[in-house]
Amino acid sequence: MKGLGELERSIMDILWAQNTPLTAREVGRLIEDRDLAPTTVMTVLDRLSRKGFLTRTRDGRAWRYQPAASRDAYVAELMLEALDLTGDRNAALTRFARAVSGPEAEILRRALTELEEK
Amino acid sequence: MIAAAVSAALAILCAVAAWRLTFARWTWRAPRTAILLWQSLGLTWGLASIGALLAFALDPYRKGVVQGLAEFMLSVEFGTRQPFDYLRLAALVAGLSLLAVLVALPLAAGIQTLRARRRHRLLLALVARDEPAVPGVRVVDFPGAAAYCLPGLKSQVVITDGTLHLLSSAELEAVLAHESAHVRERHDLVLLPFAALRRALPWSKLVRDAQASVELLVEMAADDRARQRCCPRRLATALLRFGTSAALPTPQGALGAAAPSSVMARVDRLVRPEVALPATHRFLILAASAVLVTSAPLLWLLPG
Repeated sequence: MKGLGELERSIMDILWAQNTPLTAREVGRLIEDRDLAPTTVMTVLDRLSRKGFLTRTRDGRAWRYQPAASRDAYVAELMLEALDLTGDRNAALTRFARAVSGPEAEILRRALTELEEK
Repeated sequence: MIAAAVSAALAILCAVAAWRLTFARWTWRAPRTAILLWQSLGLTWGLASIGALLAFALDPYRKGVVQGLAEFMLSVEFGTRQPFDYLRLAALVAGLSLLAVLVALPLAAGIQTLRARRRHRLLLALVARDEPAVPGVRVVDFPGAAAYCLPGLKSQVVITDGTLHLLSSAELEAVLAHESAHVRERHDLVLLPFAALRRALPWSKLVRDAQASVELLVEMAADDRARQRCCPRRLATALLRFGTSAALPTPQGALGAAAPSSVMARVDRLVRPEVALPATHRFLILAASAVLVTSAPLLWLLPG
């Protein structure tokens, strides 16, 4: 049995891969780990909804789940922060180095060629 | 009056020293010592500024800031107010406000940062993957180059897919050594108060320069750690590759706003290392920092 985090990840992957909202039962069928209890799937779907990563709609007696945003949107959000482009609301990450542009990049490029030749 | 005057002088001394320190280059030869000096200058400046205002305001009591404040509270309570002119009242209000601001802002900044990190951590859990080639490092599928540390109780080192393509394995190893130095030494905590101060005083060039200096020193400190574990030249070429990888789709060239020449300064240090600052100098700086930090609270107790 996988950890809860790992399970959240694979369920998001399943829902991102589908174009339509799925029920817990349908998600359970698509999951690799076959002997997973249906209640576990439901718990994880519920957790993800509460965290705001999934939206759900009523379909008869079941809920249908769908991602609140695309995977790319989340990657973009992470990378804006990683590149320090979010302005005020930032997580104060320590970044290795930032890219520069214009004449400064030219200086760096020359230094790089020099170092590589030696 | 002496306590107020000395505190004011101390605050000014700290500001002048901070201003000089933004230009200093010896700091690059001893980044950790310099970071400590920056921290003590910042702390002493705050304590001395507040102390000067309060000491002036509470001078009529002749009991120092701490005792004076207690007396003042009592006199307010019993309505037995001594002659208290407006200038002193203004100083009292200013001193207490500064104290509130300098305590509340880092606190608020800290809470905001924790919240942003929590969100970042949640998203990472969903979209980052593990890569067998780099165990213990989270990899995000993104073409641009980025490597960073997400600090916390369980800090995470994150790199992008683009970084894996950009760097050779020796360079990658150097970058990861650099990042794990950030993790181990909790450099994010060093940066937090300076970032908060900058948010408090956004118009101050000195504060902005101070924050930039400390940021650079923190990077240099991590470079020094990485250098002990891997080839400095590989770290230098990794830096240069990162610096020239700007062909990203970024909004309005916002990356150009990065501090100029900081990458080149770090590369120069790695390729042509200068002699480290002599131990006696470092010791003197540490001693001076210690004296600074203890002097401000002592002035709060000095009567009259």
